[in-house]
Amino acid sequence: MAIVFYIAALVAVISTVMVITRLNAVHALLYMIVSLLSVAVIFFILGAAFIAALEVIVYAGAIMVLFVFVVMMLNLGPASAEAESRWLNPAGWIGPGILSAVLIVELVYILMTHARQDITSQAVEPRQVGIALYGPYLLGVELAAMLLMAGIVGAYHLGRYKHVILHRYLEKELP
Amino acid sequence: MNTVPMESGLILAGILFILGFIGVLVRRNIVFILLSLEVMLNASGLAFIAAGSRWVQADGQVMFIFILAMAAAEVSVGLALILQIFRDFKTLDADAADNMRG
Repeated sequence: MAIVFYIAALVAVISTVMVITRLNAVHALLYMIVSLLSVAVIFFILGAAFIAALEVIVYAGAIMVLFVFVVMMLNLGPASAEAESRWLNPAGWIGPGILSAVLIVELVYILMTHARQDITSQAVEPRQVGIALYGPYLLGVELAAMLLMAGIVGAYHLGRYKHVILHRYLEKELP
Repeated sequence: MNTVPMESGLILAGILFILGFIGVLVRRNIVFILLSLEVMLNASGLAFIAAGSRWVQADGQVMFIFILAMAAAEVSVGLALILQIFRDFKTLDADAADNMRG
């Protein structure tokens, strides 16, 4: 079981590195789906089968499909990949990369000097999650519902095409 | 026998979070910035799940469901904004929209 965990972790890290380095948006999205699926495998090993299913359905299914639709609507050609390679100059990588590497080394050091604790693969049933969700976390569920409603309304308002009409005789469609 | 050290899960979550952070810092394309934000949210969810399965409590999974709902709302609004920015500026460069003049 530990071997499966480490293989899935390796796949997740490699595919996430590919996500942040690709020039073509569609390639990055495909690597992102691989990354999410490997994280779903890790959730399954950690005993959260319900969350693994949600990860595949909501993240890899719904949210990534939304990204793919938007990339299709943007209709980016080969010119955008060229623009990406111009924007992604190596000088911009070095500073943030070194500083973030320092952070991850610190984090690994702190975690490794801690007393070792093991996760037994004891499953937390969806039943317990549901009872917790509609018991002590009921207010959070209501707030999440309001947030999703605000997200729908906000996306509708922002995504609408707005015609600018200066005067009804000077009506023209802006580019 | 079926044990995974909790540190491994947390270190993996940290590595994925840092990778998403690097993506947010170095990319200039808004689509990639939003994608890197998703990587960071997913990594924080992984940390919650690892902690929740260490103490065999449901709270970690509840938190992951909240993160999922928040990510869905954030992505829908963010992608609508990307479409409008691309319509107005004809570019995906995040620096093009530096002075919010509508």
